[in-house]
Amino acid sequence: MSQQPPGFELLTEDRDSAVLMLNGDWIQGQAHRDFQVLKDDLLGITASELIVDGSQLGQWDSVLMAFLLQSFNQCREDNIAFRARALPAGVERLLDVATAVPTHVPPPEPKARWYESFNPGSLVLEFWESTVESLAFIGELGIALWRLVLGKANTRFSDFRTFCYQAGPDAFAIISLTSVLVGMILAYLGAVQLQQFGAEVYVADLVVIGMLREMGVLMAAIVMAGRTGAAYAAQLGTMQANEEIDAIKTMGISPMEFLVVPRMLALVVAMPLLTLYANLLGIIGGGIVSGGLGVTPLMYIAEGETALQLSHLMVGLIKSVVFGILIAVAGCRSGINSGRSSAAVGQAATEAVVTAIVYLIIADAAINIIFQQVGI
Amino acid sequence: MIEPHISIRDLTMAYGPRVIQRDLNFDINKEDIFVIMGGSGCGKSTLLKHMLGLLKPAKGDILYNDDSFFQASMEQQDNMRQRWGITYQSGGLFSAMTLAGNVNLPLQLYTSYSASDREDIIAYKLALVGLAGYQDYYPSEISGGMRKRAALARAIALDPEILFFDEPSAGLDPISSRLLDELIVQLQESIGATVVMVTHELPSIFGIATNSVYLDVNTKTMIAYGDPRELRDHSEQPVVRQFLARESGSPQEEQA
Repeated sequence: MSQQPPGFELLTEDRDSAVLMLNGDWIQGQAHRDFQVLKDDLLGITASELIVDGSQLGQWDSVLMAFLLQSFNQCREDNIAFRARALPAGVERLLDVATAVPTHVPPPEPKARWYESFNPGSLVLEFWESTVESLAFIGELGIALWRLVLGKANTRFSDFRTFCYQAGPDAFAIISLTSVLVGMILAYLGAVQLQQFGAEVYVADLVVIGMLREMGVLMAAIVMAGRTGAAYAAQLGTMQANEEIDAIKTMGISPMEFLVVPRMLALVVAMPLLTLYANLLGIIGGGIVSGGLGVTPLMYIAEGETALQLSHLMVGLIKSVVFGILIAVAGCRSGINSGRSSAAVGQAATEAVVTAIVYLIIADAAINIIFQQVGI
Repeated sequence: MIEPHISIRDLTMAYGPRVIQRDLNFDINKEDIFVIMGGSGCGKSTLLKHMLGLLKPAKGDILYNDDSFFQASMEQQDNMRQRWGITYQSGGLFSAMTLAGNVNLPLQLYTSYSASDREDIIAYKLALVGLAGYQDYYPSEISGGMRKRAALARAIALDPEILFFDEPSAGLDPISSRLLDELIVQLQESIGATVVMVTHELPSIFGIATNSVYLDVNTKTMIAYGDPRELRDHSEQPVVRQFLARESGSPQEEQA
């Protein structure tokens, strides 16, 4: 069956009525004249009635329906009566269904003035709001922790144990890889410089002090921010989207005590342990590289031992506790304040990782400065 | 014109070793409004998932217009799927897109309409389900009943030959669910589609169904097939009569 291009014509039948003659095949793949043409034609007539005639209509699909619906709405707007003549039964019925409910007009949105788009006030306001949100979160967390101390909190030990496992042993593989490599990188970096003075043996000091104070804990924290912080945000965000957090609240349980506290405590426990593990592997990694550069393992261990002071270890461990709290706060805060759509959950996970890393770097710098001043 | 559109042949469904339903054999005829009914946990939704190709049968096959779905190539399966419209239990709308975006997606992927035509068609599809003017709303901004209707608008975007519904009126008030039923009938009559519904809402079943199958929990197979009004009055199976007459069964039958 050959197809005719679709078309329409507006004829005047008598004084009061105009006829819209439809012809051709109104189907996908056939270019048809725009509705705008009909709209302009309609403006030109004075008839009080529009009759749609389908006697010359061929095949049809949604294109025709969309066109007729627009015509119908236009007629309603212009107070022209709309009548069908010789239209296929299906078309008439669909048109009835489609026009049964009047078009919803969304409430007008307040118009933004042009200068409002770069209003610095809104930036300040945004910053203020996020600060208030953070403070509220930290305050609620503090209350939850206090209730935990008093033994009144609805925190379940079994949850805590599960999260410990997820944040600890589950992370061993990735932590092992990164810390060995970071130890090796530190050793290479130092060895090349120290060789110029013939002081290769001090590579051991560099690696030990570097890992203990700085790199071990920082690498572990960054890995955990990407791994566990994002997971927390995604879990809590999905729970928010599923109304699970609402359910927890209405059971009279504080989401802080039930969801955030076990996650945070798990990280606070897991981070120092992971840091110890990362330190050990980093020092071993440094040893491997030093061996290749002519520092025998015995020399490396002997020199390393002199550098291995409790204070260096403590600096790293104190940092690890702080970082654990920060990662958990960033992750849980983004998750709990997440929106209720799939896109919002993704956004929460992204925000969790980004804020966690920013927090980590700032906190690291601050702690270093404080310890420098104190002289540890 | 009675012509089978979908044929279930010797279908056995199982999750691993756990058999859900076995030896299902029935036809869904063209332009039927076909209801799959049964008590909770009998495998209604599982059967629907098999028909949609989301789950593979343990045994047997499903034929669409006499073509096997599970023996077809991936490409043929995709072609078959394009002729289906599906609304899921909780809508299945993409929450990150507006209603217009949701309806637009299948149109954009599978048709050659121009962008302005698509816009007109989206307006028309939304008008069909009574949501004219709601193009720019997100699924989270509208009510549950509207979400179901929006999902229906997306399902009919490509003028499907078969419309699948998983619990269309679950969670709707009686008026909304009645309106939705009417809408389904009107659409079915106008576009001549075959409708397959999973439901246990008796008003829907008696109001719009033309044919049905009853899946039994205890015997793990179908025990009745036919017009639900007929089944209510004349079924040989007491369980089916009880289900349709909404009588409470004996305790043994209530266990699922």
